[in-house]
Amino acid sequence: MPTYIEGIIILTCINSIAAMGVSLLTGFTGIFTLGNAAYMAIGAYTTAILTMKHNLHWLPSVILGGLLAMAIAYLIGIPTLKLMGDYFAIASIGLGETVRLIIENWEPVTRGARGFPGIDSFTTLPVALTFFIILTWITFNLIKSNYGRAFKACRDDYLAASLLGFNTAKYRILSLSISALYCGIAGGLFAGFMTFLQPTMFDLQKSTELTAVVVFGGLGSLSGTILGTTIITLIIELFRPISQYRMLIYGAALVLVMIFRPEGLMGEKEILSLIRGMGRRGEHGRPT
Amino acid sequence: MKDKDNPMLEVRDLKVSYGAIRALLGISLKVTRGEIVCVIGANGAGKSTLMKAIMGEVKRESGEILFEGKPLPPIPYEVVSLGISLVPEGRRVFANLTVYENLLMGAFPRKDRENIKSDLEWVYSLFPRLKERNNQYAGTLSGGEQQMLSIARGLMSRPKILLLDEPSLGLAPLLVKEIFKELKRINQEGVTILLVEQNAKQALNISHRGYVLQTGRIVLEGSSRELLEKEEVVRSYLGETKASREDLKDRTR
Repeated sequence: MPTYIEGIIILTCINSIAAMGVSLLTGFTGIFTLGNAAYMAIGAYTTAILTMKHNLHWLPSVILGGLLAMAIAYLIGIPTLKLMGDYFAIASIGLGETVRLIIENWEPVTRGARGFPGIDSFTTLPVALTFFIILTWITFNLIKSNYGRAFKACRDDYLAASLLGFNTAKYRILSLSISALYCGIAGGLFAGFMTFLQPTMFDLQKSTELTAVVVFGGLGSLSGTILGTTIITLIIELFRPISQYRMLIYGAALVLVMIFRPEGLMGEKEILSLIRGMGRRGEHGRPT
Repeated sequence: MKDKDNPMLEVRDLKVSYGAIRALLGISLKVTRGEIVCVIGANGAGKSTLMKAIMGEVKRESGEILFEGKPLPPIPYEVVSLGISLVPEGRRVFANLTVYENLLMGAFPRKDRENIKSDLEWVYSLFPRLKERNNQYAGTLSGGEQQMLSIARGLMSRPKILLLDEPSLGLAPLLVKEIFKELKRINQEGVTILLVEQNAKQALNISHRGYVLQTGRIVLEGSSRELLEKEEVVRSYLGETKASREDLKDRTR
């Protein structure tokens, strides 16, 4: 079993992976979601079932969990991504609750509300860090690629992107699928960290938290998402000893950011470009 | 080889409605290869609807749109891949992307990636100011520069025909002149242009032929030179005739 400090770092890595998925969808493609915990749940339960009932090694189980979440997101994306703006967010709440309720009631497979105990503790610090580093590297490259620009184009002006010949629906579904893959993998790692799963771990509150850290870190900034997740995870964990107050502090941190940096911690910038930009500040302004 | 007299783009009896409001009541027009054709008309005449219907962005009620003799699918990305590009009304550049990135977005659906570099040089030669502002965010450009970027972005898909929806919108007269001069040059370099404009005088000055659109119908057509001399043109593009007001009433079923 990992030590307490290791545990916090592992949890930060897992939460960051899930938040990066949401960041891609919400921050870069402009689709608000309040149901991505469902994909974490799918990844987590798939991993748990494959390792415990089918004796599969944890690594392929985690990846299969991610891929299953991705496939389900793809199928769900086709009808729901026709919904624009807030309507998709509402539909995603419905999806999140549906997945949770299915897990809660499909007792022969998921053991329902009693929870799924005794999962191997495979998510050690090196495992979590490796997954985190690889996925972060992939995401940074993705957002710098043509695909990343296509996501941003769909976010900034859906109609203009469509008129330029983008199959905008395709990019929205792609973004949702990748986001679900990340959340699914995060869920699988979460299963291996907690060794016990319960449907309530993946409720609306978890989904909201994922979107909240992305907004907290800054929409359209990947380093902001990671920074935001780290801070929020630390706040929740470090103040556990005074547990009555920790949700208060969490709430206060969110409110303070909304007041003093409504664009999120990092705005739309990345940490590296900020450091590089120190020397030549003011050359190009951001549009306001 | 296609017969030169065959129209490149042909719209036949196109009807479009927004719910109970009938926006286009049966429009027919033709654009031949190499031409600049303008459609002029007042606010609400249906100019933007016509453009959107060609691109497949609004649903056609009836009628046909042919491109190079074949019916045009009502799906925007397929229309673009066939070689039609629309510079939308109000510019609509991606404010949070740089000028360079905006231009790349215009070339995104292309398969021939190796030619993109030379086309970038081409649009920079048309609009040198964009090259100076290459790494600047598009949202920080002035209105005129954004319009240039929007046109350049539209050209980056290497269209056979470029559609423009009110390129003069919100620009100072001097800038309008500059933009229209560039449009003429783009046409001379082999791009056919279909232009809809409220600024009838400027549009007729650079175009070969023109159509006058009034409350969903084409009321006049002819060579631009002829149209410029007709007194009705002045009246209809100002949209102030008694007939047009009554027509508007008729159109709400």
